[in-house]
Amino acid sequence: MTFGTFGRAIAAAAALGWAAFAPAQATAQETIKIGILHSLSGTMAISETTLKDVMLMLIEEQNKKGGVLGKKLQPVVVDPASNWPLFAEKARELLTKEKVAATFGCWTSVSRKSVLPVFEEANGILFYPVQYEGEESSKNVFYTGAAPNQQAIPAVDYLMNEEGVQRWVLAGTDYVYPRTTNKILEAYLKSKGVAQEDILINYTPFGHSDWQTIVSEIKKFGSSGKKTAVVSTINGDANVPFYKELGNQGVKATDIPVVAFSVGEEELAGLDTKPLVGHLAAWNYFMSVDNDANKAFIEQWQAFIKNDKRVTNDPMEAHYIGFNMWVKAVEKAGTTEPDAVIDALIGVSVPNLTGGYSTMMPNHHITKPVLIGEIKEDGQFDTVFETPGLLVANEWSPYLEGSKDLIADWRKPLSCGNFNVKTGKCGGGAKASQ
Amino acid sequence: MTLLRILLCLVALAGVARAAEPQAIFDRLASTKYDDIEAGVGDLATSGLPAAADALSAALDGRLLVAPGKPALFKTPMGTTIDVATNAPAAAGADAGLKPVRVNNRIRRAVATAIGTLTLMSPDARARLRAAESVFRGRDPETLPALDKALAAEKDERVLAAMRRAKAAITLTTDAPEADKVAAVGLVAERGDQDGLVLLRGLSETAPAAVKSAAASAIQAIETRQAMLARVQDVAYGVSLGSVLLLAAVGLAITFGVMGVINMAHGEMVMLGAYTTYLVQDLLRTFAPGLMEGSLAIAVPAAFLVAGAVGVAIERLVIRHLYGRPLETLLATFGISLMLQQAVRSIFGPSNREVSTPDWLSGSLDLFGLTLTWNRVAIVLFALAVFFALQLVLKKTTLGLQVRAVTQNRRMASSMGIRTDRIDALTFGLGSGVAGMAGVALSQIDNVSPNLGQGYIIDSFMVVVFGGVGNLWGTLVGALTIGVANKLLEPFAGAVLGKIILLVMIILFIQKRPRGLFALKGRFVDA
Repeated sequence: MTFGTFGRAIAAAAALGWAAFAPAQATAQETIKIGILHSLSGTMAISETTLKDVMLMLIEEQNKKGGVLGKKLQPVVVDPASNWPLFAEKARELLTKEKVAATFGCWTSVSRKSVLPVFEEANGILFYPVQYEGEESSKNVFYTGAAPNQQAIPAVDYLMNEEGVQRWVLAGTDYVYPRTTNKILEAYLKSKGVAQEDILINYTPFGHSDWQTIVSEIKKFGSSGKKTAVVSTINGDANVPFYKELGNQGVKATDIPVVAFSVGEEELAGLDTKPLVGHLAAWNYFMSVDNDANKAFIEQWQAFIKNDKRVTNDPMEAHYIGFNMWVKAVEKAGTTEPDAVIDALIGVSVPNLTGGYSTMMPNHHITKPVLIGEIKEDGQFDTVFETPGLLVANEWSPYLEGSKDLIADWRKPLSCGNFNVKTGKCGGGAKASQ
Repeated sequence: MTLLRILLCLVALAGVARAAEPQAIFDRLASTKYDDIEAGVGDLATSGLPAAADALSAALDGRLLVAPGKPALFKTPMGTTIDVATNAPAAAGADAGLKPVRVNNRIRRAVATAIGTLTLMSPDARARLRAAESVFRGRDPETLPALDKALAAEKDERVLAAMRRAKAAITLTTDAPEADKVAAVGLVAERGDQDGLVLLRGLSETAPAAVKSAAASAIQAIETRQAMLARVQDVAYGVSLGSVLLLAAVGLAITFGVMGVINMAHGEMVMLGAYTTYLVQDLLRTFAPGLMEGSLAIAVPAAFLVAGAVGVAIERLVIRHLYGRPLETLLATFGISLMLQQAVRSIFGPSNREVSTPDWLSGSLDLFGLTLTWNRVAIVLFALAVFFALQLVLKKTTLGLQVRAVTQNRRMASSMGIRTDRIDALTFGLGSGVAGMAGVALSQIDNVSPNLGQGYIIDSFMVVVFGGVGNLWGTLVGALTIGVANKLLEPFAGAVLGKIILLVMIILFIQKRPRGLFALKGRFVDA
């Protein structure tokens, strides 16, 4: 085969792939288009492909119920290929060419930051389903994942109260989410009287695989006589070798527990969980939550994906909530026109999968319960703690200089993502939507 | 079992003053509050109930069933249901409405200490050793009577020493006389490890001065020892990292070093090797579960063949047309690497595949307080074995002779009757096959995902360039040097900065010696 035919083969394959996703133009008039902006190739495909599938399932289900406003929903799937600038390009394509009514997408904070100006400029609606570092609120983005106070801080509280932890290792991958979260946690721990020498902060590169030195450092740090725990914001892939090294070096959850914010059922599915039993994770949803709504959701998902081994996780629940909120808001507004839907979304309340209701607040974040789970041998979580009520997100952390005076409230007449309560001006302090 | 029962009676006698009514204990265990459950575990351990030890270990696996106001039951691993209060099989259906005791890390610790106390007189020396160890960790003064009994009966030297240390640890937490405490500090210091350090550092502020000064000097002794160990440990970790780099790079040393092909798809060969391991394990699990422990031994040749075959195919289909055009080779192989990644993603899915670690590779080796994990030790040995096998192939076989002849002077070799294009394909296949074998090893320490190879490609090139292109010994020395330097830098500079410093150092080194550590000399160098 020469390179020429080779190239043609690729082009043909690409065309086929496009045809599978691209909508037929003829039906465009009677349908409402929903954009799905998740990486289907590249490093992030590991996490994001599932979210694409769950969106397709939700849309299919809604269409069975007759769609929205009497029109069928039509998914438009694009692949930003884990490439941050490409996220912006694909977002523009969805908004200006496909004219989608709403978009569900992004995973990493950097991809969200990359599409943000596009959504603001074209006045689109983005539902962002992943826990993130906060410090942001945009008119055009609805954050259905957890802000730090809806995940990190309750987890630290649990360890402090239940396990009596006094020394803290904050280990993270070197990028914006761990850095900001750790900054908030450090300020929070200090406000609780933890001394500087009892906090060890450690960053590692993406995909770090040689954890020998760091695990032995953690062991050493944990040998001061005070109970020690690791708060891990280590990103996706690097977790597997990290936990393997912990297990091999004999660090047990009963000695030094690790609480992770990025390890869920999906990540555990690719892992030998024996050495992990007892380590913790904090989320707003676990697949093991026992109620009828969740049971139905799991059944529906496994039937849709035609595999009864597939698991559900927290960002999937976030899309479930976000999608239902959007449907309700559109029905309330009677139109898919962005400004009307954005206004209608605030205050919308839909059932979540943990047995309660989540409400979209004026800061474009939703209320959530926080669950702390211990890893079980079957890769599921055993909920050991649940916040008694729902938590409202602090999009601007009260523990950080420069953000503690800010609030976001997108209701008229304030309509501001970073209102400074001290100066009484919009846009004070840290930059909004940046 | 009889011994255990006798012990349990003794424990019961010792704790008779506070032994609670069984039902009160069960109600505590049935609570949703961990404070109550923890108290319940302690009470159950001292209750003197014959089934206490079994019931407690059942609690760890969620087999201890309780409900307020009802008798507690536990299920044996065989599935029979036993009544905790009577230690007799329960009536069928008695477990209706009962729920497993809630367990978290705190409860697990309490249960481990409790079981430790209850198994101090087990007939099995290893169980006694474990029990002494968990008593040491738990340091609950309540276990002292049982420990004293066990100490009096103990014959085994190692267990005896462990029990003495456990007793010393407890002594330090009680208000024993000063002299006893000083002696206890000495005993704890004997351990010389992190656990001993934890205990000594945690001594209360109110301890008598003599105890404090004894502890301080013991802490210093342990710390000096640990600091020395830490340096040795850094070097050991460096060798381990170096061996991973060596494994990833040695295949590249052939394709890039010997043949001069810039193969950006090298990392994907490693990835294919890792996926072959996954497939081999998957097949074994279905067809021959008995062979699972040996799955890696089967995976190594399989991975060599798979990656080697893909390598030969790439060489025949693409690279052969591009010899002498390095830039185009680079672009083409980069394209191939993306295609292979996406192909694997389409076939196996984007999520990680679970490759299990055989039991003989799990856990760690304790060498004078130095922790070396077995999988890392195995990788060092495997890397060296692959390296020397490759040397042997290149130096002692006809294929090796022909490979060297072709790389040194292609036209001359061709005129001597060597089929150079066949040798090219085989050499590329050999390099790729070795990368595949590296994948088997990496599947033990890294994610088996389509992105596995990407993480190693830059490092591999770095090693080969640093070590000297075209020289396998250079690759060995280069890999180990980079590995050790990285690990020596990491504790001071952190993982991110350490890597940057290392990269800058290598760039400077290459400026000084463009041909790397071991430059090839001779007329073929510039060919």
